[in-house]
Amino acid sequence: MTGAEIFIDSLKKEGVDIMFGYPGGVVIPIFDVLYRIKGINLILTRHEQGATHAADGYARATGKVGVCLVTSGPGATNTITGIATAKLDSIPIVVISGQVRTNVIGTDAFQEADMSGLTRSICKHSYLVQKIEELPRVIKEAFYIARSGRPGPVSIDLPVDVTNASLRNYSYPKTVDLPGYKPTVKGNSLQIEKLALAIKEAKKPLLYTGGGVISSGASNELAQLLEKTNVPIVITLMGLGSVTSDHRLFLGMPGMHGTVAANFALKECDLLIAIGVRFDDRVTGDLKAFAKNAKVVHVDIDPAEIGKNVKTDIPVVGDAKSVINDLLSKVKPRGSNEWNRKTEEWKKKYKLKYTQQNNGEILPQYVVDRISNLVDSNTIVVTDVGQHQMWAALFYNHKKPRLFLSSGGLGTMGFGLPAAMGASMAYPGRTVVNIAGDGSIQMNIQELATCSINKIPVKIAVLNNSYLGMVRQWQELFWKRNYSKTCLRQGPDCPEDCKGPGKDCPQIYRPDLVKVAEANGIKGLRAERPSEVDSVLKEGFKTEGPVLMEFMVRKVENVYPMVPAGKSVDELLLGEEQ
Amino acid sequence: MKEHTIIITVANRVGVLARIAGHLSSRGYNIESIIGAPTENPDIYKIHLVVSGTEERVEQVTKQLNKLVDIIKVVDISHRKNYIVREFILIKVKALKNRSEIFELIGVFKAKVVDVTRTQITIELSGPPQKIERFIELLRPYGIREFVRSGTVAVSEN
Repeated sequence: MTGAEIFIDSLKKEGVDIMFGYPGGVVIPIFDVLYRIKGINLILTRHEQGATHAADGYARATGKVGVCLVTSGPGATNTITGIATAKLDSIPIVVISGQVRTNVIGTDAFQEADMSGLTRSICKHSYLVQKIEELPRVIKEAFYIARSGRPGPVSIDLPVDVTNASLRNYSYPKTVDLPGYKPTVKGNSLQIEKLALAIKEAKKPLLYTGGGVISSGASNELAQLLEKTNVPIVITLMGLGSVTSDHRLFLGMPGMHGTVAANFALKECDLLIAIGVRFDDRVTGDLKAFAKNAKVVHVDIDPAEIGKNVKTDIPVVGDAKSVINDLLSKVKPRGSNEWNRKTEEWKKKYKLKYTQQNNGEILPQYVVDRISNLVDSNTIVVTDVGQHQMWAALFYNHKKPRLFLSSGGLGTMGFGLPAAMGASMAYPGRTVVNIAGDGSIQMNIQELATCSINKIPVKIAVLNNSYLGMVRQWQELFWKRNYSKTCLRQGPDCPEDCKGPGKDCPQIYRPDLVKVAEANGIKGLRAERPSEVDSVLKEGFKTEGPVLMEFMVRKVENVYPMVPAGKSVDELLLGEEQ
Repeated sequence: MKEHTIIITVANRVGVLARIAGHLSSRGYNIESIIGAPTENPDIYKIHLVVSGTEERVEQVTKQLNKLVDIIKVVDISHRKNYIVREFILIKVKALKNRSEIFELIGVFKAKVVDVTRTQITIELSGPPQKIERFIELLRPYGIREFVRSGTVAVSEN
């Protein structure tokens, strides 16, 4: 068998049936095998970044390893943003890049880039395959490393002479032998007993959970823990959907754009039970003021996360599902107390609000709210990055895990559309909505063609405020409204010292997104008034195949609540509604 | 701030030293010295690393290193007594007038003369890093032309 045949056979043995990619000189041998065999469907994207995010979206929606195949040099470097995106959110993907012949590596050969070097700091592990004999082992290890422990991206660089070589006695390994890689799944039982005791003794306990609960599949266990202990819970962006948004104990998302109840609870709790989270600066703000009255418990599968940002009193290294299960058998039932009542009051008093005027501008929150009301409970929502992402996080009614996909850690604009394609390929029967901003959608807009040609029925909802809204919001609040290069309508005739929209603003927005959709053979719809929002959404959801719905929303709407970067909850900004 | 000697046992795979160095530099740690060399087992390499930093920071270094797939074991030996720690130095000293004093120091330190010319002596010495430091300090007044140090290696007593 040739290296290319072994490679494809190995992928099949790993259960791969869908992958995303883009061909090129050195991967022709592999694409030739794909041409001849059945069982693996490779979706040709229009850019390698799109292929990487699509593999990522597939992985986020399914929990399986997403796969992406690209050529060497520029093909490989175009995947970098996608790999880094998967790394920061701990998403299992395997990215295979072609490489020039081993005997010309290091000579600046045509389309050569040192992929294993380039990816070193942004992937969980990387390989450069040097001999065909290594190939089966490398693929086995790569998939194992990507999905086990704390999941993450793995890069395999595959020189063309390895794929062209042949090997007589090929067999795919059944096990891996990695003496340096043994993730701890089961938590130490003494530590879990300490945790159970801490819950019993605490007056104001608080659960703070994140992506780890999603990736370990621990939502049911978490729901049982909530029932048994009545401990209020805050859930990070990466964990949304672990419990339903309307759960009585759910206080909202914590952090910079978190709910007031969640942030107040973090400030006042005396026991913080952190599970599958990493105390990201967008959650903690000023570390000195973060949960300063609390004893901190940190449950994480990655020992390097424990104590990284916050001093931990009870560390538990282990998988969230396994640890919560063990905790359930040790923890005593706990009833609601004064603390519960206090958190419920906050929740009621600082409920998220917006007021949509019938004949005013469309509010972005309203669009998200309407989407939330019109879709069924298996709908997958994929966001891009910016204000619309926060509104989607806050105003969408999250029901189940793996239904809200968002680039949290890296904050990658352009993630949404290709990731939604990946999710849609994984679940062809489900509605997949990409809530995007007008800035983000343009960053991988070439994938409209991929959706159209392949009949991938992604429903794209663009909240168009003609600004790079999140940066504009910071400029408004902290930079004296110096709207430097954040207005997407700004042209050479605009005043250089523009302080925001006025009657002399250019009326034209480029590109005309509806026409871009139509040019790609996709239905394009636009809502300019609040009364049109529902009809556009209904028509969009009813239409077969992909649709782009553009909502011309209020230009200078801000995301509130907001804790300014590096500040504490005492400096919370509430906005006019509250 | 304190110097920590960390012994890293790794699988002998392509680029493992680059991985370690890259991992540390991407997190802003400064490496004082790093040596990688084979062991009695051809599949296993040992890398000796000296970094300085606060306890918490060095603990974070070791945790981060442990995450690397090719790394089998990471031990910070700074808190452990039962380790034999050695370093090697080659040092060139100006020797015009005070030659006998220099030879006396060489004798006291059980160092070895590897080359002598009319104007300089080249000396080799191995021993605990503190001993090497002391030797350098005592030779400094005579005029050190150049020295190279191997970096620290260590082995457990049992």
